[in-house]
Amino acid sequence: MIGAAAIGVTALLFTVTELQGVLDFLLVAYLVYLAGQSAVSYVVEGARSAKNRLALTLLISALFLALVPLVAVLYYTLQRGLQAISPGFFTHSMSGVGPLENAGGAYHAIIGTLEQVLIASIISIPIGLLAAIYIVEYGRGRLAYWIRFFVDVMVGLPSIVAGLFIFAFWVLALNKGFSGFAAGMALAILMMPIVVRASEEMLKLVPNDLREASYALGVPRWRTILSVVLPSASAGLTTGIILAVARVTGETAPLLLTAFGFDAIRTNPFSGAQSGLPLFVFNQAGSAFAVAVARAWAGALTLITIVLLLTVLARLLTRRNRLV
Amino acid sequence: MAVAAPTSEPRASRRARDVRRGDRIFRGLTVGAGLLILGLIVAIAVFLVWKALPALRTAGFHFFTEKTWFPDAKPAKFGVAALAFGTVLSSVIALVLVVPVAIGAALTLTELAPRRLGTMGGYLVDVLAAVPSVVYGLWGVYFLVPRLIPMQRWLSDHVGFIPLFHNTNNTFGRSVFAASAVLAIMILPIIAAISREVFRQVPQANREAALALGATRWETIRMAVLPPSRSGVIGAIMLGLGRALGETIAVALVLAASFNISFRIFEPGGNTIAANIATKFGEAGSVGREALIASGLVLFAITLAVNMAARAVVYRSTRIAEGKV
Repeated sequence: MIGAAAIGVTALLFTVTELQGVLDFLLVAYLVYLAGQSAVSYVVEGARSAKNRLALTLLISALFLALVPLVAVLYYTLQRGLQAISPGFFTHSMSGVGPLENAGGAYHAIIGTLEQVLIASIISIPIGLLAAIYIVEYGRGRLAYWIRFFVDVMVGLPSIVAGLFIFAFWVLALNKGFSGFAAGMALAILMMPIVVRASEEMLKLVPNDLREASYALGVPRWRTILSVVLPSASAGLTTGIILAVARVTGETAPLLLTAFGFDAIRTNPFSGAQSGLPLFVFNQAGSAFAVAVARAWAGALTLITIVLLLTVLARLLTRRNRLV
Repeated sequence: MAVAAPTSEPRASRRARDVRRGDRIFRGLTVGAGLLILGLIVAIAVFLVWKALPALRTAGFHFFTEKTWFPDAKPAKFGVAALAFGTVLSSVIALVLVVPVAIGAALTLTELAPRRLGTMGGYLVDVLAAVPSVVYGLWGVYFLVPRLIPMQRWLSDHVGFIPLFHNTNNTFGRSVFAASAVLAIMILPIIAAISREVFRQVPQANREAALALGATRWETIRMAVLPPSRSGVIGAIMLGLGRALGETIAVALVLAASFNISFRIFEPGGNTIAANIATKFGEAGSVGREALIASGLVLFAITLAVNMAARAVVYRSTRIAEGKV
């Protein structure tokens, strides 16, 4: 009722004053609603209750405000991306495409991303899993504490710093040049701590009874971990790993410094500059030409689709796991 | 592991030795993986310092006071003063914008929403975290920047007497404020998610005691939930700050780069260390690249310090919540 009154008062305000615009209307209506609610509540229920209502309304508004950008990003990307995308986008590279031509695509970038993420996974998943096993199964004392601490700190490592490190180490110090493999290593640095954190949580959930039952049968500790602990945590581990893959698939900054970018198809990740889907989007977005920006939106839509599919897949896996 | 008696059963003793060896090898592998991660942090620091040294030697102390960025010119003239300033300014404004929203959303999810709705809201916030930064950048340039202009213009016209909001050249758009708004959206999920975990760890008995004394929902939150969560929430905010300081691509796309130190957040321009690396790397010569590595070293040092402090705070608060301290 106060809501309806607030909209009415605001409509009146907008007709008598020079205020205008949909967003302004909503904002003013919201403020009028807050004031009206507080005033009515203050008179009817007292000061404490009025304060309570005001605070709760503000809290709930914060949640909605937090979800507005989510809807806006997804909707706008879908809209612009669908306008720009075409079947040719997935079958052509940017090789020999002029700056004003409405042609070319992200085929080379998609190949690059697949290879780079695969390399990152091959490097980081075994190391990450082993480190998580150490922390949960063996880790006691200071060393385990410090490893856990620095894994957490590394989760916050800026992705550009990971790229700079591989650039300084691989490209400059070892003089190996830009390549998809270098990009894979940079992504692996970002992926490793995420894999460790996720696996750690999952391994902790495995009940100790299972381990003890296995020890009681005379199974050595390492066999217990490999054939009892890991299998019972497998669904959760898969979820964590998929989320980590989704996270690094969208990383742009490290690719810029390690894969560098390349317009033509290059399937060999071990020599020569390569593109990647996020890098493709970044390069096209920086252009002043409308056709390039359109390609950027098409790439953004492709990228967001891949990442969200992986995220949803991971969530579905956990849900299945929980039901079993 | 029990030591097998070697005298009576040779076969059993061999088996015990194999078991021990298997365990030793496997344990060694896991320790090695852990140490590798520790070594990685050290390696990052060592290689960045090593490759940044030539540039640092060229610039000398001016590296910290010089505002412009012409490392490949003769004589080279470059420094991180403006970049570091822009990095901190944009991140702090992002925090100011996002902290009330993130904490409010987290409180709604844990304290007010029914359980199922809370879980679903948590998933949605996670999706917000999954969107790649390059998509946020693109969206920021084409969607958010034009929509923020009227508000900035209004504030500049009406409260422009506050230097922060003053705009001298009457062009609006790719300002530090716009970049901060994008950053705010990007760090919302991490702050909201960790705050949610922190609020969840407050014992249910605290809330029930407050309610039993006749407190309203808000009074319960203010007196029973917020005080024990304080250090955990501060940790969450600092982790968000670390993320904002290092964010590269979205800022590089949204900001119209300039190298000055100005608090006028509505004027186009400004730059950050990370965004400068992304935009300058392609065209940089050999000195330029070393200079960029040197600026990256500064960023690494800042984010490492912020993240370590944040984690220490979060660790302490969860240990307190678990009753271990």
